[in-house]
Amino acid sequence: MSDNRETVLSSLRRALGRSGPVDDDTATKLRARMVGHARNTVPARTALDDAGLVELFETMAKKVHATVAHVPNMSDVPGAVGDYLRGENLPSEIVMAPDVTLDAAPWEENALLEIRRGVPVESDQVSVTSAPAAVAETGTLAMFSGPSHPSTLNFIPETHVVVLPKGRVVKSYEDVWDAIRAQAADPESGRDGQLPRTVNFITGPSRSGDIEQTLLLGAHGPRRLHIVIVDGE
Amino acid sequence: MKVSTTRNFKANAAEQLANETLRAALTKSKGHFTDSRAIAAENLPEFEDLRDQSRDIKDHTIENLDFYLEAYEARVKESGGHVHWARTAEDARNIVLEICKSVDAKAVNKGKSMISEECAINEMLEENGIRAVETDLGEYIIQLRGETPSHIIAPAVHLTKGQVEESFRANHTHLDPDRILEEPPTLLDEARTILRQKYFEAEVGMTGANLLVAETGSSIIVTNEGNGDLSQLIPKVHIVLASIEKIVPTLEDAATILRVLARSATGQEFSSYTTVSTGPKREGDPDGPEEYHVILLDNGRTDMIGTEFQEMLRCIRCGACMNHCPVYQSVGGHAYGWVYPGPMGSVLSPGLLGVDEAGHLPNASTFCGRCEEVCPVRIPLPKLMRNWREQEFEKHLSPGAVRVGLGLWSFFARHPKLYQLATGIQMRVLARAGRARGRLSSVPLAKGWTKYRDLPAPEGRTFQSRWKSGERPQ
Repeated sequence: MSDNRETVLSSLRRALGRSGPVDDDTATKLRARMVGHARNTVPARTALDDAGLVELFETMAKKVHATVAHVPNMSDVPGAVGDYLRGENLPSEIVMAPDVTLDAAPWEENALLEIRRGVPVESDQVSVTSAPAAVAETGTLAMFSGPSHPSTLNFIPETHVVVLPKGRVVKSYEDVWDAIRAQAADPESGRDGQLPRTVNFITGPSRSGDIEQTLLLGAHGPRRLHIVIVDGE
Repeated sequence: MKVSTTRNFKANAAEQLANETLRAALTKSKGHFTDSRAIAAENLPEFEDLRDQSRDIKDHTIENLDFYLEAYEARVKESGGHVHWARTAEDARNIVLEICKSVDAKAVNKGKSMISEECAINEMLEENGIRAVETDLGEYIIQLRGETPSHIIAPAVHLTKGQVEESFRANHTHLDPDRILEEPPTLLDEARTILRQKYFEAEVGMTGANLLVAETGSSIIVTNEGNGDLSQLIPKVHIVLASIEKIVPTLEDAATILRVLARSATGQEFSSYTTVSTGPKREGDPDGPEEYHVILLDNGRTDMIGTEFQEMLRCIRCGACMNHCPVYQSVGGHAYGWVYPGPMGSVLSPGLLGVDEAGHLPNASTFCGRCEEVCPVRIPLPKLMRNWREQEFEKHLSPGAVRVGLGLWSFFARHPKLYQLATGIQMRVLARAGRARGRLSSVPLAKGWTKYRDLPAPEGRTFQSRWKSGERPQ
């Protein structure tokens, strides 16, 4: 279909009043615009200090029906996850991301949780992942696919529990773009210059309004999104 | 290309207006999206600035579209993906089929895509013995019913829950016929369970794209259900079918447009899922598609560039124009007879199908201007509809009565003395005819009005004669 390519490009150029590609000066300017990453207007609602950002994130996430809990330290995470599952009457078998952030918690001390690490299967009811970033502006979690974070963990189980160290709350989507670019450029990250295959921005649990505009949670993705914010180290 | 019945707009609209169930469904949805949008706009002081910037980003990109498409293509290839160019809907169908055949696909899971409707992908797949599974709840419902979407973001907005129940009972025959299935949550649960199995069966997942990013070669989809993500993550192959004007230069530009998209569409601050996909799964990734294909579709869009309709290519398919359109809200989306309904459809469809085919649609407007007021990328929809009307008139496509009427009016408008004389006579005649009741139930040449309501009879003199005799507002 290489003919199609030439046909589309040449009719585009004709329509734009040019006989060929943009001239060199223009091309230089356009390339500079693409790598300049200039930000357009970013809403002022995120002009806050760190504590204010965490608070805004929490308010916005709750507005879209996520639930939020706080724990002082990573060592309190397994207990908080267990409490949440019991409180919601959910099974204690969980599938968990093979993620170093989560490795820092003493899961083995919570004997009630049955944990498998890796990719979820159809029958899995609960997933636990961390989030590498969260956007205060709209209460949005950002998930990056990679060996330590199968993207299907964000969608297949009915309940998704997300562990979020509070220092990962950023202001805007633009901050997340900077983070993935920095990660791609960092030789330590294993990204090899590439963006993650999938970046999922998640704002509340799955929902649909397709039947008479009635808001229903849990359309195909998780019915419940529970965020455990880790306040300390 | 999807078959169009836009030529029959008048008959279609009359039929839809007489449909009581459609009335009930549209009445129920009325105000839902419009109120939410107003609140979302109110809650973001920067909303108007972001609309201006979104407009400017789209204009800039279209002015340099060939450059950005080539840049985008290069990045997709670098990230291990494939780019296919489709000049027509038929090209797109052939490419999709070829990819499906290459992996011996029996089923394709589909995220919601209007471009897929435009290209009639499902029909092609079924003809070739490949099952097309629509996974968006609304799309799934209408697929069961053999219908087309009546709204670009709420495809089943024309249906009541009773109709959904009917369809589920008729199709999900393996389930207990005595099950309770009346309320939306039980309907959703049933659809969730059935589609859940299908996610794991398909070899190919297909989505559209809300945005393509030139800087990174990424495609972005925006959904609330998560079906698009399951459709693209689980199967071996991910096909993105997108039209060429979906490109933006950078991720920063994408962020700006995303800020106006959900707010304009459903009134959400951000949709539940915004997903950025770049290439196939990486080495070491535990899940994700092994192949990533992007099909760039033209299908008549380049022909709109450099014309008075170029601004239409800014459209980000939020649906705000139809949510706010009194005509759409009365006749529903199916009356428009092709893929894109409402004001955006009335401008886009004649561009893609030709004014001969779809020139009727721009007449389905009261020119109230609400569509332009709410358009996140400030497309002057009423002006563009007027441009199509002019073309329709110039091509002698408008009906005889309209042409004679406009001819008469233009004669009198150019002869003010005669105009005043004629309207003066007309007023006196109408005033006398309506003397008894103060209104008229039938007037020659005005049946279109008097069929549904009476015409108030004029009282006193014309505005012009009163003005001339020195009368002024108090």
